Amino acid sequence: MLRTNLKHLNSDEELQSFIKENENVMICCGRMGPMCIPVYGAMEQLEKNEEYSAVKFADLDFDVPAANFIRLHPACRMFTGLPFTIYFKNGEVTKATSSIQTKKQVSGVLDEVFK
Amino acid sequence: MSEAKRFDAIILGAGPAGLSAGIYLSRAKKSVVILDTGIAGGAPILTTEIANYPGVKDALGYELAFIMKDQATTFGCEIVDNVEISSLSLKDEQKEVVTDEGTFVAPVVIIATGGVPRTLNISGEKEFNSRGISYCATCDGDFFTGKDIVVVGGGNSALEEAVALTAYASSVTILHEFDHFQAFKSAIVDAEKNEKIQFIMDCKIESFEGDESLKGVKISDNKTGQSRVVPVTGAFIFIGYLPNSALFKDVVTLSEREEIVADEAMNTGVSGLFVAGDVRQKRYRQVTTAVADGTIAALSALEFIER
Repeated sequence: MLRTNLKHLNSDEELQSFIKENENVMICCGRMGPMCIPVYGAMEQLEKNEEYSAVKFADLDFDVPAANFIRLHPACRMFTGLPFTIYFKNGEVTKATSSIQTKKQVSGVLDEVFK
Repeated sequence: MSEAKRFDAIILGAGPAGLSAGIYLSRAKKSVVILDTGIAGGAPILTTEIANYPGVKDALGYELAFIMKDQATTFGCEIVDNVEISSLSLKDEQKEVVTDEGTFVAPVVIIATGGVPRTLNISGEKEFNSRGISYCATCDGDFFTGKDIVVVGGGNSALEEAVALTAYASSVTILHEFDHFQAFKSAIVDAEKNEKIQFIMDCKIESFEGDESLKGVKISDNKTGQSRVVPVTGAFIFIGYLPNSALFKDVVTLSEREEIVADEAMNTGVSGLFVAGDVRQKRYRQVTTAVADGTIAALSALEFIER
């Protein structure tokens, strides 16, 4: 279980319904590791500040079976850096990034894919 | 435009130095805000395990960082994460920090901005970042299980992480620009006796090569100038840290390594402006030394505020 204040997705069922039921989705798939924690922090702040109220934020433990959907997704095929952060619009992947991202970089992607 | 927020002290950076300073000042009933351009925790967050911090046995880096953060906020310290600093005025009696989260004013500022991993700045480094190139062995080591990789660097981090990476990789080749290592003898011995580790010394890293992902590292021999490509799918870079001092270069004295120069009370020479932690010119950079710096800077700042 990741120690964040984000919504945790624990099963494939939860993951799929979260993607299906929300128009704009950002999921960070990682561990409690050095490059992951700053991304969770940025997401928590963006969610708290309601800067992107139309976006639903969640995290997913990289080592649970449900993470295979993201780990093996073609958009993440070449990634070798945690976390894998993936953005969905109407159920379709619109962007994926690998490794540490600042709040500014995350905001940049949210602007690019959801605004 | 919103009104400036006034405090007794502003601390720039929420790593161990900044958080220690925050703990001491807020416990002394001073109003304190810590501003961080990332998230609170600093370098320990970039460390998997910390086993040499007295009083805390085998803590994960982020756990230790979270405890420090919690301790600071418990005493009333305000922490603002992910701020973007647009301007600083640090020489006046009332110092001002302008950010996207508002303007902060205080008679005291403690600079505790730490450092960032140094990069090679060569062709392919950005392109293959997280597609073969990594700066964190504990985060990304398992992506290279059964693969041939290189580690760039010759200090303690490079050699210790190279040994750690042999748990995953088939082979680890250490590439170093000099003909000798800067690491402690024990780290060198551990690397040398590991059968999976090879060494290419006295070489220059020219570029990273590949297509969708990293396929090799082009190096040249410093003596002969002869170049070749080492075929690998992973490269880990550990070539030291750069102090986050650029914002202050016109205000304080910087060393040749761009660290902020201060006396033993953490005074920068500018009235009311103190420094602590890895951004300060010093020999040893540990969580314990950062905490010590933060404590001293806070006590000096306290004396300054109450003078």
